[in-house]
Amino acid sequence: MPIFDIFLLEAIINGLLLGGILALLALGLNLIFGVIDVVWICYAEMIMIGMYTVYYTHNVYGWPLWLAFIAAVALVAVMGVILHQFVIRPVLAAEPINQLLVTGGVLFFLQAAATLAFGVEFRNIGVQLPQLQLGEMYFSFSRLVAFLVALAGMIGVYLFLKKTFLGTAIRAISQDRAIMPLMGVNPNRIFLTTSALGGGLAGLAACLLVLQYDIHPAIGLSFGPITFMVCVLGGLGNMVGGFIAAFIFAQFISVGGFFLHSEWGYVLAFLFFIGVMFWRPQGILGGK
Amino acid sequence: MAANLRWIVIVALALAPLSAMGNYPLHLLILCLLWVFAYTGWAIMGRLGLVSLGHGAFFGIGAYVVVMAWNHWGLSPWMGLPLALAVAALIAFLIGYPCFRFKIVGHYFALVTLALSEVTRLIIVALRDQTGGSLGVTPTTALQQADYSLWAMQFPSKLVWFYVVFACWLAGLWIWTRVDRSMARLALQAISQEEDAAASVGMSVTRLKLGITMISALVTCAAGVLYAQYQQYVNPETVSGIGISLQMVFGAIAGGMFVRFGPTVGAAFTLLLAEGLRLALGHDIHGLDTTLYGLMLVLFIIFLPKGILGAAEEALEKRAAPTTRAAAPS
Repeated sequence: MPIFDIFLLEAIINGLLLGGILALLALGLNLIFGVIDVVWICYAEMIMIGMYTVYYTHNVYGWPLWLAFIAAVALVAVMGVILHQFVIRPVLAAEPINQLLVTGGVLFFLQAAATLAFGVEFRNIGVQLPQLQLGEMYFSFSRLVAFLVALAGMIGVYLFLKKTFLGTAIRAISQDRAIMPLMGVNPNRIFLTTSALGGGLAGLAACLLVLQYDIHPAIGLSFGPITFMVCVLGGLGNMVGGFIAAFIFAQFISVGGFFLHSEWGYVLAFLFFIGVMFWRPQGILGGK
Repeated sequence: MAANLRWIVIVALALAPLSAMGNYPLHLLILCLLWVFAYTGWAIMGRLGLVSLGHGAFFGIGAYVVVMAWNHWGLSPWMGLPLALAVAALIAFLIGYPCFRFKIVGHYFALVTLALSEVTRLIIVALRDQTGGSLGVTPTTALQQADYSLWAMQFPSKLVWFYVVFACWLAGLWIWTRVDRSMARLALQAISQEEDAAASVGMSVTRLKLGITMISALVTCAAGVLYAQYQQYVNPETVSGIGISLQMVFGAIAGGMFVRFGPTVGAAFTLLLAEGLRLALGHDIHGLDTTLYGLMLVLFIIFLPKGILGAAEEALEKRAAPTTRAAAPS
């Protein structure tokens, strides 16, 4: 029985660390939704591009890892700007659902383009971080790093939104999209900044994920849906809610996977999500 | 003229396999009509503002329930079909009722249904002892002694399958027309514009939405059953999950989800695009067709949100409109 408990504790702590990554994934998406009112269905595919960027700059061109990370963050941020300017902007006035679907088209495009350009082989950057041992429990060091970076990223975004002039403008426009232009704020500039920031966060997530997972063109599908669920569960656009929801989800996946098979952990998490939607359709922290 | 054209297309399609058509074009034609059936199922509710990303779930339920019932219980697909439809209807009710009751609309509805299609895919994978997991599964063959088996719904002849899916295609169009001409369609259109206002004049929002969702789910589920029986192979990635859900949405949008023959045009267009690129460029360039497909979808939604056929009909009407107006006073 005591051994059982230690493994359970290990699962819970690993779930906590996984929650950090999910929270970071949800952060960028929530930021974009909160400000622009658009869900980037292709968000996970942008992370996939970021992961390939790290792989190619680091393993093929031999850049140092930190430079490769900066390149990935910068590239995905630029992609975010391009996505907004050329894909989202033309449909901003159309039916809301068109904005969701148009990024779904981008999902197909990025996934297939990655297959075309990089092939379907699994790639690994070959950087192994050590396992951490605590008593009889083992934790992945890369998960711990990811957790801490995710936490730092969230604090950074929070401070940016609260303390800077631009951040204040972003918060203002997310509260009333119609009035802010009258106050002399150029909404498109704010949207582009937000897109760049959201893209940058996706790039940051890519840097952390690349330490733990192999890269392949369809990897986005394996954590894309879970990211949307986290955001919706927390209340779309609600960053604190997303943060809490990420940890709830991660516990379901980790502890559920401990008692059953890992897929069942996901199934439980999704079913829990559907259940909560009926109880609080606006998300756990969403206002009425 | 449009009505004549419609009949010409239908008759030409019915006669097409009787010409000396090769097996491969016939196979494409069958797949195309099969997908149209599923796309039509999606568009029935999609065009009324209920954009579901969960139809992969119903398609997957159709495909897997018949195959599992046949492989494990020896239940004929003819009995598996109603069983699959019952399961799909139950799931549609369980997800639809709370969604509509609690006004989950727009982005939220799309994302909740997306979760549904992912749950279905994950459950199929997780039950790998029964379903074969990600490797997929083939229905146990009943063709050792006979050339075909009506009991097992296994027909090697493509001609039989063509007429089966052709009939389903017509049935799909008929359902579309029935829905289109019903009062419920008008009510749902009003609801999709302004739900509270529609409810205030006495429309039963939950019941109407639930009804259309059921019809849509059942059509999609039936398409899944046919797909499994025709292909004789099912795989969780190709019959359920987010990929197949998006494929249905885009097939319908590309052709035009507001017009009856839109899904047909959409399926034909996407299939021809994929096959044309493959023939022109060969097998080696993996992913090129989907890349262009994705790019075109983006362009479609930005520049042609009504789809190919929708835009074409609109253009025709615009050209016809001035003459009728000029003719009216005289």
